[in-house]
Amino acid sequence: MNLPIYLDNNATTPMDPRVLEAMIPYFTQKFGNAASRNHPFGWAAEEGVDYAREQVAKLIGANEKEIIFTSGATEANNLAIKGVFEMYKDKGNHIITCTTEHKAVLDACKHLEKLGAEITYLQVKSDGLINLQELENAITDKTILVSIMYGNNEIGVIQPIKEISAITHKHGALFFTDATQAVGKIPVDVIADGIDLMAFSAHKMYGPKGVGALYVRRKNPRVKVTAQMDGGGHERGMRSGTLNVPGIVGFGKACELCNLEMAEEAKRLSALRDKLESSLTILEESYVNGNREYRLPHVANISFKYVEGEGLMMAMKDMAVSSGSACTSASLEPSYVLKSLGLSDDLAHSSIRFGLGRFTTEEEVNFAIEQTKKAVNHLRDLSPLWEMFKEGIDLDKVEWVEH
Amino acid sequence: MAYSDKVIDHYTNPRNVGTLDKSKNNVGTGLVGAPECGDVMRLQIEVDANNVITDAKFKTFGCGSAIASSSLATEWLKGKSIDDAMAIDNMDIVEELALPPVKIHCSVLAEDAIKAAINDYRVKNGLEALVSEKSHH
Repeated sequence: MNLPIYLDNNATTPMDPRVLEAMIPYFTQKFGNAASRNHPFGWAAEEGVDYAREQVAKLIGANEKEIIFTSGATEANNLAIKGVFEMYKDKGNHIITCTTEHKAVLDACKHLEKLGAEITYLQVKSDGLINLQELENAITDKTILVSIMYGNNEIGVIQPIKEISAITHKHGALFFTDATQAVGKIPVDVIADGIDLMAFSAHKMYGPKGVGALYVRRKNPRVKVTAQMDGGGHERGMRSGTLNVPGIVGFGKACELCNLEMAEEAKRLSALRDKLESSLTILEESYVNGNREYRLPHVANISFKYVEGEGLMMAMKDMAVSSGSACTSASLEPSYVLKSLGLSDDLAHSSIRFGLGRFTTEEEVNFAIEQTKKAVNHLRDLSPLWEMFKEGIDLDKVEWVEH
Repeated sequence: MAYSDKVIDHYTNPRNVGTLDKSKNNVGTGLVGAPECGDVMRLQIEVDANNVITDAKFKTFGCGSAIASSSLATEWLKGKSIDDAMAIDNMDIVEELALPPVKIHCSVLAEDAIKAAINDYRVKNGLEALVSEKSHH
């Protein structure tokens, strides 16, 4: 086992060597511009892109013409939300999303508010799922888009996508989902799930960084988005810019591998995840965040009360994880996702996200369990809050001197 | 952002972790910060008849820099007179630990904890609480 071990696979995944192998010829030999229609260099590049488009489409049950390649999920999220708003502005200006979405969705919505959009931010329940009745109540005759993520990046909960899309369509709006964390991890089928637009990214599923896709439905209904970048009219006019051929080829290969291996992988990872969780929740005052039934197989988010997340991560020095603690960001605000679940600030500060992946071994998980236990106990020995808790002092009744 | 060697040293081998008997008259306790903010420091001093700090202990809930700041503070406090202790400035801590700007609040909290402990000791012994001239807030 090599140290440090990587347990932050929701941030990014290492590339699968088989993906790299597929990409290599497209850097130096098949380097052509996929839009060069009149010589063999262009044809070779185009062939690589076409094949990748099929591989990507197949993973999500789409037609290859429905795949718009982008620079990643952030761009795909922006294109979907801003592009739908612009394209359908004569129909309405109302968009519904929820408070636990990724910033790429929330900030795109905030941007549109300045341009006259009305945005409803649905709250989530304490398990991270939205309330379907609240969704339906929020829809008006001005609603053009419902944007709810598939699987959450911090806690891994999976929203009831089929039900959400059915409600959305009943009222004549479009359904968009940011499926960055879900595609390649669990079966996602745009037809069965009733998805009209979907963003996802290669680097979350063992592909390269800098490439992603927006699925845009072509039939029942035919969906269009207004391009957000002007140029050569690539990608059916929805996303101009010379295609990132090696990246796209790698994305295609990554999708093919996920298609072949994800069922086995999900089984293996959820068993490891369960082991990690059950071993760590033996520690007193530790809590799993988010719904434990409807969730991605590879994410565990645990709060260890009375220790602070960043301090804890420093003690877990041979492992890469992430924390909902404020201290990891410049903002000093703890995770808005965990706060949306109704967690108090101190529990949000005390959270650690473990993200397992294709290359995570059982040995590594065992190591992580031991390191984490040791770190939590070390930090609790240093924690005045732990001492007060053990003395039976109600911390909610202490008058803290905030600074 | 990497931590400085001194932060790592104090974090890994924190000095003077523990608890003094807060019911004793010659022990001053400062508890500053709030769990919601992600930092709570408790710093305690024991003072002899000559107004010299003979012992100091801390416990901190917070990031590595907060733990290191309070560990360093206890090291500095031991053997100092109350007056000298009162003069410890948060920027001394920033400099010693090479804290980056985003972690300066950890040193401020440590200075606040020192002053709170001293004032607790003073009030217990019938003296007025001292008000710091400078304000960080």
